[in-house]
Amino acid sequence: MNEDQGKYQPLSYFQLMEVSLRELLVEKGIVTDEQVRATLEDMRSRGAERGAKVVAHAWTDPAFKSRLLADGTQACRELGLDVPALRLIAVENTPDVHNLIVCTLCSCYPRMLLGLPPDWYKSRPYRSRAVREPRSVLAEFGLAIPEDVQVRVHDSTADMRYLVLPMQPAGTAGWNEERLAQIVTRDCMIGVAVPRVADAANAA
Amino acid sequence: MLPSFKPGDRVVVRSTYPLGHIRTPYYIRGQVGSIERLCGSFPIPEELAQQRSGLPAQPLYRVRFLQREVWPDYAGGADDALEVEIFQHWLEPA
Repeated sequence: MNEDQGKYQPLSYFQLMEVSLRELLVEKGIVTDEQVRATLEDMRSRGAERGAKVVAHAWTDPAFKSRLLADGTQACRELGLDVPALRLIAVENTPDVHNLIVCTLCSCYPRMLLGLPPDWYKSRPYRSRAVREPRSVLAEFGLAIPEDVQVRVHDSTADMRYLVLPMQPAGTAGWNEERLAQIVTRDCMIGVAVPRVADAANAA
Repeated sequence: MLPSFKPGDRVVVRSTYPLGHIRTPYYIRGQVGSIERLCGSFPIPEELAQQRSGLPAQPLYRVRFLQREVWPDYAGGADDALEVEIFQHWLEPA
């Protein structure tokens, strides 16, 4: 336990800037305190379930999968995930290609589908190493990619957001969409893990 | 602004180092790759960061590079690739 935890700490430069800006916006009537609170609550409560729904739907509906790969934004709209800020590119894992997502410049991430990014995704070691030595990074996540499988790293540098469409694991034929969605975790959609059937038992 | 490149075209990323808010990573400048797809056109981020309109919108591409060309000591498959979004004004024909 950190000794300083719970003790008063002076605000950092950026914390102070955030408080000043927020108070000004509220004073000027541009947003209300309640709107700020509700937005924070919404952001923090969002997980990866929307992304899992997209993946599970693609697994069960080949025509939807084709549309998702052709135009991710439009395909999400079909599922009622109409998010103006989201320009989505879905990249498909196959027996020959494994995809991995990173944002080397900051922490671009499909938040509307996956929620807030994990801390490691925003860390400098992940951001610098994922493009430089992706196989070592994946191995540290416990994922060994065979030499004959191409590793494709996507650096999310500008206006697009990326979602990995993992391969449907063996032993899940005939599962319905809800059950499939349970094995599609956040990490599978970033590309540092692959769905495993055993995860369904844990999730249940 | 109209797109100058089409999928498959070989391009080189400009090796310039201006100050400001740049969305072209350092490590990819000067590298040769091929256009994977056109993503559409978007306001120029360097201009947006200066409170300007960023218009006319610039075509944005996904460019695919081979890891072994980007990092000469890359330890992985020969086909391993890196895909980066790059605006047209950062690209020249290779």
